[in-house]
Amino acid sequence: MVAQDKLVIRTIQFGILAALLGAWYLATRSGAAPLKLFLPAPELVWREIGVLVRSGQLWSSLYVTLTSIAQAYVIAVVAGIAVGFVIARSRTLVHMFEPVLSGMFAVPLTMFFPLFVLFFGIGPDSKVAYGATYAFFPIALNTIAAFSNVDELYLRASRSMGASTWQQFRYVYMPGALPVTLTGLRIGFFICIASVLGGETLAATAGVGRATALAAELMETAKLYAWISFVVCMSVMLNLLALAVETRSERE
Amino acid sequence: MEFPGRDPSQRVLALDDVSLDIRKGEFVCLLGPSGCGKSTLLNIIGGMLTQTSGTVTVNGAPVTSPRPNEIAYVFQESTLFPWFTVLENFRLALKFRGIEEANWRDRAMQSLTAVGMEQFASHYPKQLSVGMKQRINLARGICVGSEVLLLDEPFAALDEQTRMVLGEDLSILLARRGKTIVFVTHSLAEAVFLADRIIVMTARPGKMKASIAVPEPHPRSPDFMLTDSFQDIRKELYGLLRDEIRQTVAAMRVARDAQA
Repeated sequence: MVAQDKLVIRTIQFGILAALLGAWYLATRSGAAPLKLFLPAPELVWREIGVLVRSGQLWSSLYVTLTSIAQAYVIAVVAGIAVGFVIARSRTLVHMFEPVLSGMFAVPLTMFFPLFVLFFGIGPDSKVAYGATYAFFPIALNTIAAFSNVDELYLRASRSMGASTWQQFRYVYMPGALPVTLTGLRIGFFICIASVLGGETLAATAGVGRATALAAELMETAKLYAWISFVVCMSVMLNLLALAVETRSERE
Repeated sequence: MEFPGRDPSQRVLALDDVSLDIRKGEFVCLLGPSGCGKSTLLNIIGGMLTQTSGTVTVNGAPVTSPRPNEIAYVFQESTLFPWFTVLENFRLALKFRGIEEANWRDRAMQSLTAVGMEQFASHYPKQLSVGMKQRINLARGICVGSEVLLLDEPFAALDEQTRMVLGEDLSILLARRGKTIVFVTHSLAEAVFLADRIIVMTARPGKMKASIAVPEPHPRSPDFMLTDSFQDIRKELYGLLRDEIRQTVAAMRVARDAQA
């Protein structure tokens, strides 16, 4: 793409954003009473953002949420890849477990969230367990698909060349399965973020999700918008992180 | 060679009473109708399949599993691993065989140069055409320096023109190296052009029907295809094959009607 085209695209993107902010500002100026309640003026939200940053509330909430996401994701990745790989080793196991896993993934696990709270308590543990469980399914399913769809031809070829089991794994199975496994890791990552934040808004004692829900319950709309903008920033940054990791592993 | 089916009626006798002696340095073509067991025979020779009865020996030792250092295999489709570059593919072919030399790069480049593909060493297979890939695939099979080379319809996926050029290259390439080669093909012209000896096989179960010698020294030039001796052998092969092809087609009809 030419640099000039890129500039045009960026300008339009920022233009849309600016237009939305402008519309927001104008709407709050119109002075309709319910609008004032539900849509606080941008400068009020901005002030609230400053308060939350300076008082440290943002950082302590962010710490809880990010730690939960990280823990949940690590559990989901390790369990998902291990289980997926073991199942993919045998055709029988794939026939046995693949439909079960994809069936369970189709069930909205949100309905089971109260159970997670009962089992793991109202603290961060229930959010970690819930996020890990939800993210486990796409990771395991994609790992199964990735490893069981490595072309038979390459396996035969490597066998005819005398590759050992380990060499076959390292040079044929792994690189062959990598792209689809990565897709699973990406889907799992976003499901993990959404589950932890969603869980926090439903039942929690701390975290960004909890703070957002609390602001809504108390009708502190300026604060609510401040928390939402934190969530947006956090998501954008996590997305950039995932993208950076992905491009790096694809290059290798 | 018998393949078990899900029930006894589906059991298939693929090869029956095949006995073949191949001299060191000989180029043998297996020619026969589809489904006659040519590839099965090749797989048994290469140790990729275990026969239900009989023995295969290479240099006096029985073959029961792949013997990558003595026998190299070139498949119908390119088996260059798509996630590695051409050069890395050569390195792996050597590494899998336990050949870890400091000069592997020179060795790979030499083979690539021999097939005119040296400028594509750092390309990925998906960046190359089917013909280029198969050319490199062939070079990789030759590069590992095995005595025996098994080729399972290596040119089947290529167009007629590329096929002819590659066949000619193969003839030149191999004349210098004295490898023992077994080559499976459907093409009469390809068989006559390349082989020292052509084994004509019957319809399933595959038996050996005839063994035809092609007394023409390697390397062979395309002019050979215009000679009377080439045409005579080709005609003879066609005569031998015609009945077998008919029989195969008839058997397919019977099978189809039985299913309907």
